[in-house]
Amino acid sequence: MSRYDFSVNGKAVSVSLDNEATPLLNVLRNELGLMGTRFGCGLEQCGCCMVLIDNEPVKSCNREISTMAGKAVTTVEGLGTPQRPHPLQQAFLEEQAGQCGYCLAGILISAKALLEKNPSPTRREIALALDGNICRCGTHNRIMRAVEKAAALMRAGATS
Amino acid sequence: MNAPPVLPGTLNDNPVLGRWVTFPAPGKVTVNTGRVELGQGVLTAMQQVAADELYVSLARVTVHSGDTARTPNEGYTAGSQSIQTGAVAMRQACADVHALFLEQAALIIGCRPDELSINDGSILRNGASTGQDYWTLAGAIDLSAKATATGARKAVTNFTSIGQDTPRLDLPAKIFGNVAFIHDMKLDGMIHARVVRQPNRGATLDTIDEAAIKRSAKGPIAFVRVGNFLAIIGTNETAVDLAGAAAVGRVTWQNVEPPSVSQQEGMWLLQRPSVDRLLGPPEPADPQGRERFEATFTRGYVAHASISPSCGLALFKDGQMTVWTHCQGVFPLRAALARTLKLEPSAIVVQHVQSSGCYGHNGADDAAADAAIIAMQMPGTPVRVRWRREEEFVYEPKSPSMVVKVRALLDDKGKPSDWTQEIWSGNHNGRPGGGNSLLGEEALPGYVPPPPANEVPEAAGGGATRNGDPLYDIPQKRIVHHMITEPPVRLSALRGLGATANVFALESCIDELAERAGMDPVAYRLSIISDKRARAVIERAAAMANWQPDAPGSERHGRGFAFARYKNKAAYFACVVDLEIEEEINVRHVWCATDAGLVVSPNGALNQLEGGIIQAISWVTKEQVRFDNDAPSGPVSFDWDSYPVLKFSEVPEITMELLNTQDEVPLGVGEVAGGPVAGAIGNALYRALGARIRDLPLTRERIEATLLAECR
Ligand code: FES
Ligand code: FES
Repeated sequence: MSRYDFSVNGKAVSVSLDNEATPLLNVLRNELGLMGTRFGCGLEQCGCCMVLIDNEPVKSCNREISTMAGKAVTTVEGLGTPQRPHPLQQAFLEEQAGQCGYCLAGILISAKALLEKNPSPTRREIALALDGNICRCGTHNRIMRAVEKAAALMRAGATS
Repeated sequence: MNAPPVLPGTLNDNPVLGRWVTFPAPGKVTVNTGRVELGQGVLTAMQQVAADELYVSLARVTVHSGDTARTPNEGYTAGSQSIQTGAVAMRQACADVHALFLEQAALIIGCRPDELSINDGSILRNGASTGQDYWTLAGAIDLSAKATATGARKAVTNFTSIGQDTPRLDLPAKIFGNVAFIHDMKLDGMIHARVVRQPNRGATLDTIDEAAIKRSAKGPIAFVRVGNFLAIIGTNETAVDLAGAAAVGRVTWQNVEPPSVSQQEGMWLLQRPSVDRLLGPPEPADPQGRERFEATFTRGYVAHASISPSCGLALFKDGQMTVWTHCQGVFPLRAALARTLKLEPSAIVVQHVQSSGCYGHNGADDAAADAAIIAMQMPGTPVRVRWRREEEFVYEPKSPSMVVKVRALLDDKGKPSDWTQEIWSGNHNGRPGGGNSLLGEEALPGYVPPPPANEVPEAAGGGATRNGDPLYDIPQKRIVHHMITEPPVRLSALRGLGATANVFALESCIDELAERAGMDPVAYRLSIISDKRARAVIERAAAMANWQPDAPGSERHGRGFAFARYKNKAAYFACVVDLEIEEEINVRHVWCATDAGLVVSPNGALNQLEGGIIQAISWVTKEQVRFDNDAPSGPVSFDWDSYPVLKFSEVPEITMELLNTQDEVPLGVGEVAGGPVAGAIGNALYRALGARIRDLPLTRERIEATLLAECR
């Protein structure tokens, strides 16, 4: 059994696991009880499991826990709360940007990574930034509108 | 004796009012619906309906759904019927309950019921408070009474919730990353399980390399075997997952019959064993001097490709089985589980829990059955089965491939006077409620395959024949239906069923006939359709897109039009598609006009419509399940690389309008777009290429082949 120390949403965490290849996604969901990051494929193809690792968007379904020592992870739970929503969450709610919503956690993370690098993305830039996330329900246009809205909110000074 | 009243929608089968409405605590109303949330916002719509008919604010209403222990049996949440029959039933049940309370209040207060009204649950007499409300009276009212359909329903003009945009109840949990889906459920002492799938019905387990599988797991696992049903279980999901993946190559089977490449195209269906029938008058042997038009269209197999693989949980304890599932029909699944597990239906409770969108019958029922089969082997231990991504792609029931041949006879003005739509297709009704097997059931000892199930009846819109009958004014029409009885893979319902291929075929033909007649496609359509609501959506969609009669396609750019009324009795939909061709089709803009009658939630309807449009673009431009003899698992489409769907950067601009027909009965919109979008893309492609491609999907390879043929 080995111990892994890193941080999730600003809090230090420490997990002990037998299998050093355990995917970060499984650690988040099964060891830390953070269910917001979803399993979609386990193949790094769909983006449901997207998290930020040291502010970079990463698919967590194949990311081995042994590589995580000292890293800072942000999951959808770290964005905001119903009382203090992140501007992205506020905009997604306002636009009702979801059908089944299974894709949304990963998309919110990809969008956060985009807006941090590019506060005024074009529609095309948003689309390309989200191409690693699949939405099977066809909510794309609402989602892209919500990201544009969040960008505007953030430029106007909103934070979570 | 009086005949029982005819009750609207699903109320007829579930007349007890308390099955629909309860008052569990002061200030609170719970309504029960057999409909389940599939991402279409149905729970929010039911909340709106109940709030209006009970005269309470939305916030008071909790919606409980899809639970064999509590909710009405409304069969499947499918076929865009939730609003058409479910909401209508909910409305009447609430109106009847409202009337019962007014009568009771009048009795207590000593006045006539018509002096009373209800405002947010409080009973008012001539507008003034009476001190009574739903909750003070609830004890005196017998909700085991049956609906009478005598409670007056609110006039459309008095709606306060219906027709308003209401925030979806389920979205916050999904946006804040809370427990929201069946995948997130945790039961005390729960074990994880993966099934080592029987490659096909009749395959038998040969060897199991247990040692190798255990090594791959890197953690403790165990095997559960019942006949040819093999599962791997353990408390550590990672170990179970690794073992499940490793087992695919380390378990061998006898009698494996993978589908072959030749079976993947529609044309394979011709000459196969089939059950044949004719709907309509016989085809005239002699065209009687009329010009004849013929064309053949095909479509390959399509996957539901839900974004999350199916998941099911089950607990067998003290002779009672509880199953949690994201299937579309908890009551039909309970019946199928009773058969599979050899339990009485009364010993099984099936509860719906949300998952990702399913768009029809995917692996949901089967994953639930897997969990239940394993749970039977370990009483007292909750079992969670989550399919692997590859498992979902390979084993979910597919939408059937189809061939549609259209034969039309034309009058002297070039208008069709006789229409035959001849359809070859496997069965679109593979649901367990139709008598079909659950996947895991096929591997159990003593399994006897059921007789082939019937196709969806015409009264329910038909399966393969759905929308095979054009709504245009054609004096003689018929459908010739060949139901293929031995398909190479499991088949079932996908959003729209046969409508996608049928409307693609017939709307392509209508454009071809317009061209022959020297007419603009929109004008031609209007010249052969008298249904007023159809004309209205056709005219509106054309106007929205600023449709120019006879505007030619330019090099690599095309614009196309199509129309359908879903099932010829649900919502009307017309659309214009603009596309460009580089190497493949890039749809740039879609305009559509929809008439869905009374719309409970306009924002929700637009969300569903847009989703249907985008999914249809994906089906038509990209999607086909491919088979390969060499792949032991059957279809070679097993992940998102081998079965790509439309990406963000490929999604067009979409402009939608709902026509204002709030006085008409509500018509579901979830499935209305598929056929017309397919037709409009085909028609736009023709304008761009100058050649017609009649085989779906309209892929780069087909476009290249067509262009090459043109050059020769
Ligand atoms: S679950 Fe990680 S990319 Fe799909
Ligand atoms: S909303 Fe269902 S997959 Fe995106």
